[in-house]
Amino acid sequence: MLAHRSISPLKAFVTVLLVGLLAMGSPAFAQSFPELTGRVVDQANLLDAAQEAELTSKLEQLETTTNRQLVVATIESLEGYDIESYGYQLGRTWAIGQDGEGENEKDNGVLLIVAPNDRKVRIEVGYGLEGIMTDALSSNIIQNSILPQFRNGDFPAGIIDGVDQISLQLVLPEEEALRIAEEAGQRSNSGDGENIGLVIFWGFVLVFFVIIPMFSNRNGKKYRRGSGPVVIWGSGFGGSGGGGSSWGSGGSSFGGGGFSGSGGSFGGGGASGGW
Amino acid sequence: MFSKLTKILMVPAVALSLSACGINSVPTAEEEAKAKWADVESTYQRRADLIPNLVETVKGFAAQEQDTLTAVVEARAKATSIQVSANDLSDAAKVQEFAAAQGALSQGLGRLLATVEAYPDLKSNQNFLALQSQLEGTENRINVARRDYNEAVRQYNTTIRTFPDIIGAKIIHGAEPMESFTATTEGADEAPEVSF
Repeated sequence: MLAHRSISPLKAFVTVLLVGLLAMGSPAFAQSFPELTGRVVDQANLLDAAQEAELTSKLEQLETTTNRQLVVATIESLEGYDIESYGYQLGRTWAIGQDGEGENEKDNGVLLIVAPNDRKVRIEVGYGLEGIMTDALSSNIIQNSILPQFRNGDFPAGIIDGVDQISLQLVLPEEEALRIAEEAGQRSNSGDGENIGLVIFWGFVLVFFVIIPMFSNRNGKKYRRGSGPVVIWGSGFGGSGGGGSSWGSGGSSFGGGGFSGSGGSFGGGGASGGW
Repeated sequence: MFSKLTKILMVPAVALSLSACGINSVPTAEEEAKAKWADVESTYQRRADLIPNLVETVKGFAAQEQDTLTAVVEARAKATSIQVSANDLSDAAKVQEFAAAQGALSQGLGRLLATVEAYPDLKSNQNFLALQSQLEGTENRINVARRDYNEAVRQYNTTIRTFPDIIGAKIIHGAEPMESFTATTEGADEAPEVSF
């Protein structure tokens, strides 16, 4: 009786501990991701300080000119996950890319993920860039620019080449970028077809809702009322700044020199490779 | 005096309890799950769109694999003929039929890609390599879309079964639990292995 009473608090404690551990280990969120410390997160220590600084300034330049975010992540261990499921969740966790509030493009982030110990590399493409950073193009970059260097054991060169190739595509004007994506996918790319449709659609929207009302403006106030709310809507969203992203989504993604994602999301676009 | 105070307090109390009993949260969760289902369907459609090109390319190099090719074409026809509209997501049989048809197509594709091993010319063909990377990417998108859908369904089902949202779910919306997407045949949820 006495012994029983003395054990039961311990038992209770152990039970609580176990339940707590089980609750923590809910499978979908079991992965631990490295912290987003900058545009280059070199967890696996593949780059020296100079290379990291060079890459960081390149990536910063890219965002300044295009508003698109490209982040390099070297990962020590994928913890048993395949790089595809690791990649999109990392992208969502970091929220790389814009959230589309007050900008004309959303989910426009790209991740270059290198997992040297798992011998895997992946270009993870945000929803918004799937049309120009197609799977086929991503695969080309991995096969032709990155993997040959990795096979020689030269990780920095592979990463830098990969970043250069991705940036090259990202800085191109829409039309040119689509053409290159089309070539990479050769005659078969339904994804691009949808995109061209989208471009045509927005072209129509632009003509009918912006350009025509613009010219009609002189004739009467009727149209001005029509186009007014559009402007207010845009600035209203930008100004409110209450984006869905936990990273805060102000106009700039810089807070005191640090770097954070701007609320972009990922849906598994891109390509992977191994060596 | 007391009853007047009670009446005054009743107004915000009723308003609060109404907004807390699922009037908004149930449709919100429902629309979320439906939107995720649309993503699932469009990623499968994307895969279906790639298949004619794939079949044609393989045919050019490996016409003797006629049986495997025909199986893929037939599985594709069957899979694209089964659509589940967003309002049928509570219908377990329909969702499972969809999953089974798509699973059969996955298996057919897996077999087709396995036969490619025997054709080095095809394996190094640029057109085939491009198709292969697109197919891999699409399989990956399917996995992501399916996980997102299942998560949305889990949240919706939790919402309509837990207090206080269950009140609104039962009385106002008559909400039914939705089916999550599970692969019905062994290994059907695996993407076809296409590494070379």
